[in-house]
Parts: sequence; structure tokens; C-alpha cells
Amino acid sequence: MASFTINVNNQVSTVTAEPDTPLLWVLRDELDLTGTKFGCGIALCGTCTVHLDGNPVRSCITPISSVGNKKITTIEGIASDEANGKFHAVQQAWIDENVPQCGFCQGGQIMSAIALLDKNPNPSDSDIDTAMEGNICRCGTYERIRKAIKRAAKAETK
Amino acid sequence: METQKNISRRNFIKLSGMTGAALTLGFYLPASGKDAEVMTMEEANSLGIDMNAWISIDTTGKVTITNHRSEMGQGSWQSVPQIIAEELEVDMNKINIIFAQGNNAKYGSQITGGSSTVRGTYKKLLNLSATAREMLIEAASKKFGVPKAECHAEDGQVIHTPSGKKLHYGELVKDASALTPPKSVKLKLPAEYKILRKPLPRQDTPLKTNGTAIFGMDKKLPGMLYAVVERNPRFQGKVKSFDDTETKKIPGVKHVIPVKMSVFATFREGVAVVADNLWAAMQGRKVLKVEWDDTGFEHLSTTQLYTRMKDDLKTKEGLSFRTKGNFNAAVEKAEKKIEAVYETPYESHSCMEPLNCTAHYQEDKLEIWGPIQGPDWVQDFLSQLMDLPKEKIIVNMTFLGGGLGRKAFMDYPHEAAVLSKEVKAPVQVVWTREDDTTQGPFRPGMVYHCSGGVSGGRIAAFQTKVAGQDMDHQWPGAQKDAYLGSTTEGFLEPYFDGISHYSFSDIPLDVPIPVMWWRSVYASTNGFAFESFIDELSVEAGKDPLDFRRQHLGEERYQILIDKLEEVSGWKSRKKNEGYGVAITECFSSIVGEVVKVSKKTDGKIKIDKVWAVMDCGWYVNPDIIRAQVEGSIIMALGAATKHATHFQDGKAVEKNFDTYKMPRITDSPEMEVHIIDNDEKAGGVGEPGLPPFTPALTNAIFDLTGKRIRVLPFNLEEV
Repeated sequence: MASFTINVNNQVSTVTAEPDTPLLWVLRDELDLTGTKFGCGIALCGTCTVHLDGNPVRSCITPISSVGNKKITTIEGIASDEANGKFHAVQQAWIDENVPQCGFCQGGQIMSAIALLDKNPNPSDSDIDTAMEGNICRCGTYERIRKAIKRAAKAETK
Repeated sequence: METQKNISRRNFIKLSGMTGAALTLGFYLPASGKDAEVMTMEEANSLGIDMNAWISIDTTGKVTITNHRSEMGQGSWQSVPQIIAEELEVDMNKINIIFAQGNNAKYGSQITGGSSTVRGTYKKLLNLSATAREMLIEAASKKFGVPKAECHAEDGQVIHTPSGKKLHYGELVKDASALTPPKSVKLKLPAEYKILRKPLPRQDTPLKTNGTAIFGMDKKLPGMLYAVVERNPRFQGKVKSFDDTETKKIPGVKHVIPVKMSVFATFREGVAVVADNLWAAMQGRKVLKVEWDDTGFEHLSTTQLYTRMKDDLKTKEGLSFRTKGNFNAAVEKAEKKIEAVYETPYESHSCMEPLNCTAHYQEDKLEIWGPIQGPDWVQDFLSQLMDLPKEKIIVNMTFLGGGLGRKAFMDYPHEAAVLSKEVKAPVQVVWTREDDTTQGPFRPGMVYHCSGGVSGGRIAAFQTKVAGQDMDHQWPGAQKDAYLGSTTEGFLEPYFDGISHYSFSDIPLDVPIPVMWWRSVYASTNGFAFESFIDELSVEAGKDPLDFRRQHLGEERYQILIDKLEEVSGWKSRKKNEGYGVAITECFSSIVGEVVKVSKKTDGKIKIDKVWAVMDCGWYVNPDIIRAQVEGSIIMALGAATKHATHFQDGKAVEKNFDTYKMPRITDSPEMEVHIIDNDEKAGGVGEPGLPPFTPALTNAIFDLTGKRIRVLPFNLEEV
């Protein structure tokens, strides 16, 4: 067991874990941040996507020992001012397009979409496909995800 | 407004004064069909009746609505309250929705399957909510001292229409709860709906975009331990011995214990590693050594399974289900006759949320939390298996990260309950993706032998023989020689009128592979065989496939659907380099027609350009949920048609994770357009009926474009 000091959603915490423990389990079981989900355990489905310094990573294969002082952002940490009903533009687009069905994968989908739009504010269909291909949705909400990303892109460029 | 005789009024019961000052309404479902009389809460209590509480309004006017079914993406969290809010005259945004606990004595069946949530309860819920509204209006009219007819309800208030005086529901609940529920209530006509049939946003959407929706795996309890289980990969094998020396060296591992759970008439055995965190349990499992006893049952491969089914089709007549006329004589006389064999694969459900369940067994009582499709089934099942009275078992539903039929099975709650009892602590059992993909129960693989003849441009004779596992045959004491009625699921009823000679029979396959409902159940595979073969017959008859269906499906409801499909898809104006395919199936009382358009990319490979769907589900709640369910059904069908299948080798499932059990991804998702038919028919299902027609519409479109008939699933679109 070792001790790790990590920055999650701008809050610094110290956790004790085996160094090879994936970040996913530290978030879920140590910090009770259960919005990040377990889907496959081998980086094939994207359900566990979080940001490290703004880059999307699969937390199920990211050992806690590799995080260092990079800033971790989870689905719980993206809303601008949720207390006042203000969601992140991408979350709002997801709501406006009625994207989620079961909702289990949607946190990961939104994290991938935010990372895409941060780098490419006006993505084409093929840019969206490339950025989102790693995220599986068993409910088949893909067409709505495309629409929501385009809606968010419009909202953000306004 | 229409006056509807309140048929189920005798089943209504009023619960007044539940919290001293609230109006709580539900209905009592007496056992053995005995009718209940309307009675007060005091009377209900004195008779020891445990009531459901479907609608509750407190003195502040806050409305709480209970959703008795599970929410697995299909939208019950929205649909049940949306039905109630309409007749109760409350704002959807101001209501609080809670999940019911498992209890079928209170709520009736809670099994969320067969696309039954709306179609099974809407009339009861409309009546119940209108009854509550009428009681509130009556209470207000007394307070105002005016005739009831001068008052109306609107947005959680009763208004005296001429004067504009208002009282909100909270001010009325005390008086209303002392009234006798009216004998009959007026229900709105669809044209008067303000909430129903509107694409209102789902109440669970915000929770599912900010990480706050609680799924099964998100449940936490003080002192909870986590378990993973190394289960026998051969379904019916036993644990012979295990060596946990290395496992116990992993920090955090607390217990290593053999465990078995009920799977139909047999048990699935394994060894559980229980730890104080999930990662430790997973690490402990990796170094666990288990020896299995795999004697006493067959270790089958996919090749053996399909060879057996095909041999059965050649040599056995099967259990006859539905026949008319004389098929053999009629097909001999037909101008043209054809035969075709269709194969569909075994499939895993592969919900995005892997199976998991949390149990806390203490002092002869048991509480369960989990992604569960049938909380009442779990309560009944565990009552028998854990030898506890039903009232000592509480089953709580969380949100489900998909259900698809798999989470209607009770094996995983049983395993969690056994482990919690054993280690005397709350336990959350988590299945890894590999466990979830390889352990089943699976959708059964099926083989269909279709024969038929056409004369004068019409079907003269039609026969289908089906070979495959029957899901109902797995239960202890199942009557395996009795035909159970699945062979014609998906087939359109008017064909039975339009065809003079037909025969349907079923040859059950008895093998040790657990199988279970998979979204749209038998129709998910039957639909492929029926609608492919109808298409093949239309080609033999020299008819346009859509006209051929129109000609055989005489009823007006089908004619309207076919006209709509033709119009929206531009069927008549299709171009030469485009392939169009159509299929229409019936599933859980809804009829869905789909048209798929395909073309060739510059590299000559097939691409799906667009899918049009027309859904006739009769009375409906929310058009956007319907569109979403049909879109999702199309993508799920696309996966089973072109992406994934479960194979078996030496009695074990081969595909383990998404690297080999490949899911459709955003790059596979075609453009989709969903239309809903407005009519006065009874409500049909929504969550599943969009699935069966997609695959045959796709393969029929590929035939239209290329002349190549696809009869074996899955197939690779890249290799057509």
C-alpha cells in the first residue's frame, strides 16, 4: 500500500492504495465519485473516461501511481454552476437532445465529447466519429450524441 | 370529455391520513380475484391490508408518484408519471418520482418485460389519477360552498371557474382524504391531452448527465464488502477443489468461499473472493486456483449445436402449433415452390452495466439493492431459496444500466444473498465484463426451415419449422412435450387470414446452455426468418415486396402502416443503384414496419444509407421516448445482425469482452427516421417492437441491390 495525493475536480485528496490500482476504483470506492463507471476493464468501451489535464483517458487501465500531479476531472466536476441549474454546455446539449436512455455510458460519452470540443470547437461528422468511436452505447443513442455535439459546438461558439 | 364507467373502481381503495394529513391513493389487488370494496385507511388497517401508495399529495402540495417498474433506459421513470400527471392535473416538473420496492401483492406484476409497463397499467393509472383529481375538486367545492360543476383542476390547484378563487392541492388533501372515492370518473379524450402524447423531456436525463443517477454498482453501505466470483465456465459444472493460498496473501482479501446460485433447474457453482475493496477482490481472483468437476453433462460446440438443430429439422416433425388447411397438398399444387433455411446465433445481452447486486442479510431478514427488472420475482424467488417469509425480504430497485431481459433473471441476487449470509456483512457482488459475456443466460440460437408456394401472385402455402432451445423448458418440472407458443411470435396476424394453408411447428433443443429473454424475445429471431421468407416468396411471385405485403395484409391498420412506409421512404421513387428492403413484424401488441436503404461505397462495399421506421403502438405516452426506443432497437438489431455472436467450444462461451464480442459503435450508426401512427387502438409495447423488422429489412435491401440473399446471421457488411 502507498499513499497518493491527487487533484480531483480541483479538490486535493490523499488516498491509500496499491500502486497498480486503476484510477477508476480509487475514484469510485475511495472518493465515492461513482459517476465514472466500470464497463469492460480493458479500455474497450469508454464508460470510465475521465480527463487528465484535459485529455480523455480510460481510468480502468490508468494506475493511480501514473497520475502524479495531473489534474483529474470527472463527470461530477464539469458543470459550471450546477447549484444554480447551470450545466456544462455539453451536458445541456445532452439534455436538450434527450440523449440518455439507460444512461450508464453517458458520463464517459460526455467526457469524450468535451475533450473533442476543447480541441476542435467545430467538428465535422468524421471528426465526431473518430473522437467518439471508443465509447460504446448499448442503447444505441449515437445519432443523438452526434446531434448533441453539434448543438454544443454551436452554443459554445456563440 | 367522455364519461367512462369506472370498471376497476372496486379495486380502488383510498388511504387517508397516512401521515395524518396527506391524500394517498392506490388500489388494492386482492388475491384470488376477489373484489375489494372501497374503504378508508382505518378500515384497511383493521383488515390488515397492506396498500400500495401510487399517488401521494402532502399538505404543501408536493406530489409523489411511485414508479412500480424498473427504469433500464426504456423510460418508465417518465411514462408512469406522465400518465398520472395528465389526469391529476399537475406539472411534470413539480412531482417527485420514487421507485416501488418489490411486492406484487401491492403493485401487481412488476416484471419489466414484454414491453408491458404502459400497456399493462395505463387504464388503471388514468382512472386512479382522475379519481384523486375528482376528490380534490369535491373537497374544494365544499370549501368554496359552490357546486362541484363550477370547479376545475389545473396545475396542482382547484379553481372556482366563475370567480377565479383558487386552492392548491396541499390545502385540500385533508378534506379530500375524508371523502369516498367517486364511483366513476371522466377521462379526457386524446385530443384534450396537455401532457400525454407530448415529447416532454425525461425527468431522469439531468441525473444521467451529471453522474448522480444511482445504478446498482453505485450502491454503498457502511461496512460493505465487495465480491467477485470465479464461476465454472461450463454452466453446470461443480467446484471440485480450490487453492486460495496466493489469494489470501492479497491485502484486503477477507474470505474465499465456494458459492452456488440457482439457474433454472440447476446450479452455477463458483468460488467467491470477498475483500474490503473491489480491486483487491479482482486481484485475489486472478491468483485463485480452482479445479472443476465437469462430469454429467455435454460439453457442446457451436458446430455441434447447429448440426443437431439442422438434423432435427430434417428428421423430426416437432410439436405442431398452428395449422390451417393442408400445407403438403397445397404446396404440391402451387405454381412455384421454394424452401429456405435461416440461422440466427446465440447472443449475450451485454448490458453496459455488468451484472451486480448488493445484499445485506441480517438476523433472518434480507435487503437487496440492484439493477433488477423484476423486484417482485426476486422477492418470491429468494423467499423460497433463502427460506425466509416474503415480508422479511426487501428488494430495492436502482437505475439499471440496461436490462435487455437479462436482469429479469434472479441468479445474481441469489448469489449476493448467499454471500452476505455467509460472511455476515453487506456484500456487493460485481460481475466483470468477462463474467457477464460468458456466463449467460443467452439468447438461444435458432434454425428455421421455411417452405412455401405461390400461385397467381399470392402465397398458396406457408410452413415454418423452428429448431432451438425453448426458454420455458428449463424450469424444474417443465412440460417439454407441450408446445408453448413461441414459434409464431413476430408473425403478423392478418397473414393467418390471408393464407389458406399453413403449418407452424417447433422442435425444442435440450442442451445444458442457459437461455433467457433477449430484447423482443423470440420475435428477435423469428422476424428475420418470416420477413426474409415473405420477401423470397414475393420475388417468386414477381411482385414488388411492399405491394406483396399490402396484398396479404388486408386489415386497415396494416394498410395505413404500409402506405405511410411507402410515403416516408420514397419507396416508389427509388433509384437503380439503391437497394430498398422492407419488413413488418408484430411484437408485444405493436406493429412496426421498417424500410432500409443501402448502396455501394466507392470501394464496392455496402453501406446503410437510411432506416425509416413506422411504429403503430396504439395509445401512447411520449413520442420522443418512442422514437428513442425504436432508434435503440435498430442499433441493437444491427449489432446482432452484423457485429457479434456468442460461440461455444468444449462447452464454454468463446467471446469474453468487447474485443471479440464487438458492439455497434457511432461509426456504424445509420441515419434513422421514426414515424408514429396516431389511432384509437389499445396501447402496445414500445421498448422492444422496433427490433425484429430491422434485420430482415436490411438483408432484403441487400438482396434488392446485389441479388445476394443472406440467410445466416451474423454477417459482415464489409464482406457482402
